Amino acid sequence: MSATLTPPAGRRVAFAPNWPMRIALLLLAAYTIWACTRLGLTWDRVLHGLGEGGKLLARMVPPNFERWSLLLEGLLESLQIAVLASAIGILLSLPLGLLAARNLSPWFIAGPVRAVIAVCRSLHYVIVAILFVKAIGFGALAGTAALVVASIGFIAKLFAEAIEEISMKQVEAIRATGASAMKVIAYAVLPQVASRFIGFCLYQLDSNLRNSTLVGIVGAGGIGGTLFAAFKRFDYDFVAAILLAIIALIFLAEIISGRVRAALR
Amino acid sequence: MNAMPAAQPDPMAPLRREWTRLTPAQRISRWLVWLVCAAAVLWAVRSIDIIPEFLEDAPEQMADLLVRMWPPDIAHYYPAVHEALIETLHIATLGTVFCFTLAVPLALLAARNICTIRPLNTLAQLGLVASRSVNSLVWALLFVAIFGPGAAAGVFAIAFRSVGFVGKLLSEALEETSHGPREALRASGASWGAEMLKGVWPQVQPAFWGIALFRWDINVRESAVLGLVGAGGIGLVLDDAINFFQWERVATVLLAILAVVLLAELVVTRIRARLI
Repeated sequence: MSATLTPPAGRRVAFAPNWPMRIALLLLAAYTIWACTRLGLTWDRVLHGLGEGGKLLARMVPPNFERWSLLLEGLLESLQIAVLASAIGILLSLPLGLLAARNLSPWFIAGPVRAVIAVCRSLHYVIVAILFVKAIGFGALAGTAALVVASIGFIAKLFAEAIEEISMKQVEAIRATGASAMKVIAYAVLPQVASRFIGFCLYQLDSNLRNSTLVGIVGAGGIGGTLFAAFKRFDYDFVAAILLAIIALIFLAEIISGRVRAALR
Repeated sequence: MNAMPAAQPDPMAPLRREWTRLTPAQRISRWLVWLVCAAAVLWAVRSIDIIPEFLEDAPEQMADLLVRMWPPDIAHYYPAVHEALIETLHIATLGTVFCFTLAVPLALLAARNICTIRPLNTLAQLGLVASRSVNSLVWALLFVAIFGPGAAAGVFAIAFRSVGFVGKLLSEALEETSHGPREALRASGASWGAEMLKGVWPQVQPAFWGIALFRWDINVRESAVLGLVGAGGIGLVLDDAINFFQWERVATVLLAILAVVLLAELVVTRIRARLI
């Protein structure tokens, strides 16, 4: 790429071959074939799967909305989980984000808090949900707790990064008036990051809603449990109905959050 | 020294009128937003199905679980966990590679400057959105029903889930390309393929690798849980350990996942820094 920008030493070749790239692509192709054999993915299997997929689709059509009350109940529970988890997650992320910002808190506090946030972020929410289900029992509480952890991982990290980018002049100015630490935060730090914080929160509310439709698969409440049960009973037409309902809900949430974001700008 | 007397004839009085940040309408709308938020939380708290006894002994139970996990059963790591971990990485990488076979055509169709047929744009965008709205675990459930349990289902679940994400970002990158190089190539009589390869590809290449790496990082995380529904990888080992209440093994698996995820993130940031 950059070779074409430097003045040519000898004869200039239009579209010079990029050998490192070609070799890398070749290696990627070789890896793909090797990994396919390792995982037992063969062409026969794919073709067989295509046939099975056709059968599955045929059984999903038409979607069966007969048990709509069950569907609605699950969706509402998912919504409740999402709302609660977002609220608690946001409340917890505020102090954690402030503590994790390296320009406001000393390193011996920022370091451990950052580690906690990194662990929250690295563990997939379904794994966290399983642990909570085992620890505190089936139901919406476990799902809420799992999504709170996920929310902290996301909001607190981005919030801390946003705080690290603020201008310290205003902090100094407020501090010079003799303000206490809380007042410095309230009048010098938060006004600078508030709009971005709200953006993160909206995004997380959105993804909490997506994820809350899923944690039920491991027994943590919401529509996911209904979905998994329907799968296990081979009620594929009901599965299709649930999937359509989930997609509709997520679409709706995306439209609403898009509107809110546009209004905030 | 006394404090300043408060009631003095003040020549600056007109300058001291009260300034407010928000108009009354803005203030009311802000209060309304807060009210809606509070009402939503209140509704959720009051109607959610939480068993109070569970909530009460939750900290105790969590502590108990953590105690049971300690110390992690490191001996269990090799070979069972190690092989599952390698399989998980294969699933994530293969899924990412395969997703491009679907994502690139869809992205080309969805980019308005490449495909000028409007209905096709909309159709491609619809496909991308559908892929994104179905979660990877749900895709995994579907593909387990199709391919049977195993890594094949995991690879396809990851691939289909990634199509929406990669396709959307790629089509946005395509729409931002400059038209000049393409026109120059076309004027020299280049075919459509050559136009794409030499006019468009060099422009989207950095974005392309960035997207691929980013998605691979996400896929490593996601493929770790696919085993819970039988789609292969380390999730299977985790599920077994949990079902047998072997908490020391669960701790080992969790630590392994954590290490791989952090390592993947590190690798991705390194390569990104060098590539872009």
